[in-house]
Amino acid sequence: MTPLTVSIAGAIASVLLVLVVLELIRKRRLKERYALLWLVTGLVLLVLSAWRGGLNTIAGWVGIETYPPAVLFAVATLFILLVLLDYSTVISKLADQNTVLAQRLALLEEEVRTERPDRA
Amino acid sequence: MSEVIVPARSARDPRLAALRRVAVVPAYNEEASIGRVIDEIRGFDPDFEIVVVDDGSVDGTARVAEGRGARVLRLPFNLGIGGAVQTGFRYAYEHDFQLAVRVDGDGQHDASELSALLGPVLAGEADIAVGSRFSSADGYRSSRSRRLGIRILASVVSALVRQRVTDPTSGFQALNRHAIDLFAADYPHDYPEVEATVLVARHRLRRCEVPAAMRERSSGRSSIGAVHAAYYMAKVLLALFVGLFRRDVPAREQ
Repeated sequence: MTPLTVSIAGAIASVLLVLVVLELIRKRRLKERYALLWLVTGLVLLVLSAWRGGLNTIAGWVGIETYPPAVLFAVATLFILLVLLDYSTVISKLADQNTVLAQRLALLEEEVRTERPDRA
Repeated sequence: MSEVIVPARSARDPRLAALRRVAVVPAYNEEASIGRVIDEIRGFDPDFEIVVVDDGSVDGTARVAEGRGARVLRLPFNLGIGGAVQTGFRYAYEHDFQLAVRVDGDGQHDASELSALLGPVLAGEADIAVGSRFSSADGYRSSRSRRLGIRILASVVSALVRQRVTDPTSGFQALNRHAIDLFAADYPHDYPEVEATVLVARHRLRRCEVPAAMRERSSGRSSIGAVHAAYYMAKVLLALFVGLFRRDVPAREQ
């Protein structure tokens, strides 16, 4: 059985995560597109922390008999991996776009220099 | 590219003729329809400056548009409809246009409806007029899930802005200088219209809806698929919810 203190601590941490993410969106420091996965992470962890019977059941499914809160760690790790993978794809896209921007800028500067040699 | 005969409409309003006006036409791979859209805007009023924002198309959209004499802003890569449309509004802002309309490059907006759309803006009754598919009687043929999604968003937005909004996702819009200033400075990303509706209300601009029939897409595919629609709903609802707690009206940049 999951210790009550573990459930309480997990729930508090999850709520804090959700609140911090919402506050960052509100201050326009985080775009909704990148916040969604964090919010899902926080909400799933909150449900697993608060719904103690559920945590024990899932622990039984995956064969964890001695310490059900291990499921919390496993799920949290899984979601952190998902967020990181998502960010890797985002960074790749940004890198591609950055290359295109630099190339377009170089072409544009060349054009401007050719037309206005005094400014070179 | 087939030639389309556009009926010569003399829809010119003297109040319209006095204004510097621009038609912002976002287009993403719309080479099949962009020419007709440009012709139709010209048919309505030849003195609109037509600015096609080519949102990273890989087809001949920019070539066709330039061939028809439109000004073409070519984005280096696809920004999505919000970023593309805002590029057009920034152009309108930088070049001191007093009136802007947005007509999508896929041909779903009917330029002959511009007269009705411009009415409230020219009369000084609204800062932004939006063509609504749902405030007219003949309705709008679309998939059931899409209509349901729009209806949910419409009721949420109506509650937030305390005004009846029937079509918060419509991109068929006419804007005066106040609205151009706002959208040039601050405009949502991805699919922007729903959040922009709330933004307009928070800045105390006056929005009104005008019944407007919209056509089936004449070519290409809608940019919204099923998985995307779910993400879109979640993202927009999150943005609207968080927006409730945003006290600050952001300062105009520049």
